[in-house]
Amino acid sequence: MTTFLDVSELADLIPNGAHIAIPPEYSFVPMELVRGLIRRYTKNLSVLCVPIGGMAVDLLIGAGCVKQIEAAAVSLGENGLAPRFTDAVVSKKIKMKDSTCPAIHTALQASEKGVPFMPLGGIIGSDIQAHRDDWRVVDDPLGNGNGPILLLPAIQPDFTIFHSPLADRAGNVWVGRRRELLTMAHAAKQTLVTVERITDGNLLANEQTAAGTMPALYINAIAEAEGGAKPLGLTDCYERDGDAIRYYAAQAKTDSGFDDYLAQHIYTNTQQAAQ
Amino acid sequence: MIYKLEELLISVAASLLNTPNIQHVAVGAASPIPGAAALLAQKLGAGKLDVTIIHGSANNAFSDGGRELFDCAGQGRVHAFFLGGVQIDGQANINLVGTGNYPDLERRFPGSFGSAYMYFTVPNVILFRPEHSRRVFVEKVDFISAPGVSDPGIQRNGGPKALITELCLMSFNTEKAQFKLESVHPGHSVEEVLDNTGFDIDIPKNVPTTAAPSDEHLKLLRAQIAPEIAKTYPGFAANVFNIKSAA
Repeated sequence: MTTFLDVSELADLIPNGAHIAIPPEYSFVPMELVRGLIRRYTKNLSVLCVPIGGMAVDLLIGAGCVKQIEAAAVSLGENGLAPRFTDAVVSKKIKMKDSTCPAIHTALQASEKGVPFMPLGGIIGSDIQAHRDDWRVVDDPLGNGNGPILLLPAIQPDFTIFHSPLADRAGNVWVGRRRELLTMAHAAKQTLVTVERITDGNLLANEQTAAGTMPALYINAIAEAEGGAKPLGLTDCYERDGDAIRYYAAQAKTDSGFDDYLAQHIYTNTQQAAQ
Repeated sequence: MIYKLEELLISVAASLLNTPNIQHVAVGAASPIPGAAALLAQKLGAGKLDVTIIHGSANNAFSDGGRELFDCAGQGRVHAFFLGGVQIDGQANINLVGTGNYPDLERRFPGSFGSAYMYFTVPNVILFRPEHSRRVFVEKVDFISAPGVSDPGIQRNGGPKALITELCLMSFNTEKAQFKLESVHPGHSVEEVLDNTGFDIDIPKNVPTTAAPSDEHLKLLRAQIAPEIAKTYPGFAANVFNIKSAA
């Protein structure tokens, strides 16, 4: 049963120390929910980037919400390095579990299927593998002479979070072709979604929309948040705000610039007064 | 016609893609020049080359989520892919993670992305790293995001075929685990390549000059490819082609 809440109530559902999965930079990133997590001073999050992190993750790190990141990469794309991420890794303020894109997808697919691990080709001989003591290389267990293969333990996040253009009142959510969101929701214990708007129709009533819909079965709570992916873009709704993202990238290069950004763009008036 | 370095590099990369055994090229994160090269090669090949630019929806036909690129590559359906490196060494090991003694890094970079898998599964990996210096082309990388060669017992259908830099084009011989200088870009010399490379390269007696992009290709690139790549890389398209975009 999906419940309908507001964004701050949605953020309240994610406790300190939770393990959360976040989609990649180019779409469906729940920026307003991320700002909600920062506003309530959430601590010690373990963040799984599926498979690459961007501005949302950099913000969470800079605001002191993160204990550990697992990702194939964290970057601001055309705007360069993610400064809070690189600073926190070098100064060891956070623990970084380096991975590679298909390893994250595969480990989520293991949880999706309810099996404890999955094999994946390639990767053997990489220092990623050498530094992951939770991964195992075994000889072809079926004895068919296929040589060594990597086994990855299933990853089951506590929460998958994302922002979608549309939900219906039954709690179904449109994901279009961003089908990694389905894998993430299938794998996680709970899924929390913000949406641009809620329609009175049922997205599963028509096969065309049903094919791009995540059923309410997997979704615990939904909050309406118009513009909830901004300043990032949202497919078919709005383009990313290049100026706003460049401004963030510049501010985040220094501690004081980042603090100014939090004060101006994230903390509420009351929080600013309290600082 | 006068051309920019970026346009030369796009032209060199596109020429490597125009071969019958490459029917599908995929382009990953932070790769505007490879993306433009793939789109140019597609135009020059009269649309016979499939191009997948995985970041965002433009020039991306994938419909099964983030895993589809890797599933597709695992089956051998991706024939060419581009990878870069903070450091690249003489055995074609690439480092996308950082410098220093991991995990005690001096400088941290974004991370390995899908390199550790794509290097094993895509038969024609083109290494692309414009900065040609001894801090990039090192004797031994500090961290192996993806190894250039593997022991014979390891399942591997893919690997490096070429390296494009601001100075030259090299090929990679997997058996010898060594790069070979193929051509030096106009205005540069073999000595300059050697001075700025920290590992041994096979240098043939005669090293040709890289072909400059033709007027026809430059016109195509500026008129038709630039607005396409702007959909994925607006900043790059603005800087190089002066294409204005909303984002």
